[in-house]
Amino acid sequence: MSDHDAILSVENASCHFDVSASWLQRVASRAPRRLLKAVEDVSFTVRRGTTFSIVGESGCGKSTLARMIVGLQSPTSGSIRFGDICRADGKVEMPRLQMIFQDPFASLNPRWRVGDIVAEPIRELKLRATEAETLTRVSELLVTVGLSAQDATRYPHEFSGGQRQRISIARALATEADVMVCDEPTSALDVSVQAQILNLMVRLQKQFNLTYVLISHNLSVVRHMSDQLAIMYLGRIVEIGDAEEIFKSPSHPYTRLLIDTIPQVDAPNRAREPMSGEVPSPISPPTGCTFHPRCQIAVPSCAVDRPELLTVGGRLVACPHVRP
Amino acid sequence: MSAGTSSLLSVRDLKVVFDGRKGPLTALDGISFDIAPGEILGVVGESGAGKSLTGTAVIGLLDPPGRIAAGSIHLAGERIDNMSPEAMRRVRGRKIGAIFQDPLTSLHPLLTVGDQISDTILTHLQVTRDEARSRALALLRQVGIPAAETRIDHFPHQFSGGMRQRVVIALALCAEPALIIADEPTTALDVSIQAQITSLLKRLCREKGTAIMLVTHDMGVIAETADRVAVMYAGRIAEIGPVEEVTQRPKHPYTAGLMASIPSVQHRNAVLNQIDGSMPRLSAIPTGCSFHPRCLASSARCSKERPEHGSTLHAVACHHPLTDAKHV
Repeated sequence: MSDHDAILSVENASCHFDVSASWLQRVASRAPRRLLKAVEDVSFTVRRGTTFSIVGESGCGKSTLARMIVGLQSPTSGSIRFGDICRADGKVEMPRLQMIFQDPFASLNPRWRVGDIVAEPIRELKLRATEAETLTRVSELLVTVGLSAQDATRYPHEFSGGQRQRISIARALATEADVMVCDEPTSALDVSVQAQILNLMVRLQKQFNLTYVLISHNLSVVRHMSDQLAIMYLGRIVEIGDAEEIFKSPSHPYTRLLIDTIPQVDAPNRAREPMSGEVPSPISPPTGCTFHPRCQIAVPSCAVDRPELLTVGGRLVACPHVRP
Repeated sequence: MSAGTSSLLSVRDLKVVFDGRKGPLTALDGISFDIAPGEILGVVGESGAGKSLTGTAVIGLLDPPGRIAAGSIHLAGERIDNMSPEAMRRVRGRKIGAIFQDPLTSLHPLLTVGDQISDTILTHLQVTRDEARSRALALLRQVGIPAAETRIDHFPHQFSGGMRQRVVIALALCAEPALIIADEPTTALDVSIQAQITSLLKRLCREKGTAIMLVTHDMGVIAETADRVAVMYAGRIAEIGPVEEVTQRPKHPYTAGLMASIPSVQHRNAVLNQIDGSMPRLSAIPTGCSFHPRCLASSARCSKERPEHGSTLHAVACHHPLTDAKHV
């Protein structure tokens, strides 16, 4: 896939972890090496200024993928490339990346004042020449995320969860980031606060032409935010395409079940069939299509052949049994 | 629902305070509700609203400095809030079961699940050890654990999160209590597993006539599972009524704001409705209606006079309740 305004392209990226026992134990019990394939052969492209979401249940590899994008984890194979960005001053450079973490109580240093937390990337990257300019920039950032300039002198513990997440966002914006990788940015927050943060993220995206890579298990948040959507199951993408289209007519049986099982406020006491079974262990995934033991339309060949991503009605679906 | 002989659990004007150095903090104030046999009452609210504390007060597990300062709790006509700890211990498990959020910490890591369930059965019921074990096996089958005959001798760490929560449900059910307090039973689980657990709870409730007090922050879970719902805000019930009424036609501005701030899976909105500000701290609960500083409909009366919810079917504690015409 090539796209001139692609800011991020992931090509056949895989990440395997060696989870074998120590060599002595392996020799003693004649056990083979064991590999956990956290992410397996994943490819996608993200366009500048859009939101790309990755959805899946625990253990599907979505957080590993996020860590690979920001470089906290190197891919075992495959590549992750960034498109160049033309700055206002004519310089062409790689996009700047920042990450927003799930838990705003753990991602801020409790011994630092908020002003120092937000100023650190500016000082570290020497984005401002003088200390006075840095402080002006910090106040500006705090106001941008809906806090006040006076909050710079306070400590993180004086803020609520939602306000702390605003501080994390201010810190990420301080580097003048182009791509923000958000790993479950609102799952530690209450719904009314979640709405505040999501609205803030949407506003900042428009204001600074930000690109979001959003990792979430909350499908309603994903629907609200995404332009493009990838659904992962046991390390692989099972469906990828335009978010609205996928929500309107999910193709892959797993996507369908996932969308059907979300509890909805709009339809109280809906009678529904819960999906049976659980996500298998990624250390010993089922053969063939990894979803086949839970799938309602599975046929015997599903246990043998691994489905490739096929184009179905403008999106890619890893299931040979779906029709557009 | 009005207080009557038909209700299984009846809580009246419950007030819970925490004694601190700067004086007592009121965490729950004037909580009144009833649960009928076989009914699922959802208790929903944001962090710090007092929803878990209400459950803790009902099962008598309030830790000092927390204490019940006023009000009463009746279970099947018997007053349980002033019982001795020893008597309360016999009520817990026998008459009230509990399911907590994290299934790993609610199970003993060094005992097999079979032993834990049979020990609980032996504590509460007059049966032999063999009978207790066969009951434990039947319970594990009932909650949908595959190959229960072999799984009964496994330890909690050998189960997945969803299966562990099923074991906890089996444990809560083992003395056939009339009421189960389920505090965020699905929060630690994935969505597909969450759906399995809520439908299991619903099925058991129907089959055995067990009443459930379902405490959660997830409005979606409540909407799908509960018969009635109580919305809590800053230690008080803001609105209580049948789940369709409260979720579809909320009367309290807080409930309406809360409902509108949930992104929908069915359609996409440009901007989410947000309630500005956050829940007040216990030490600084506003006078009058505690929601008035964040409320768009508040008047001078709201800051002075505390609104009470009556005992009507769909009761709301608000001076200016929303009417159907105001809904968009």
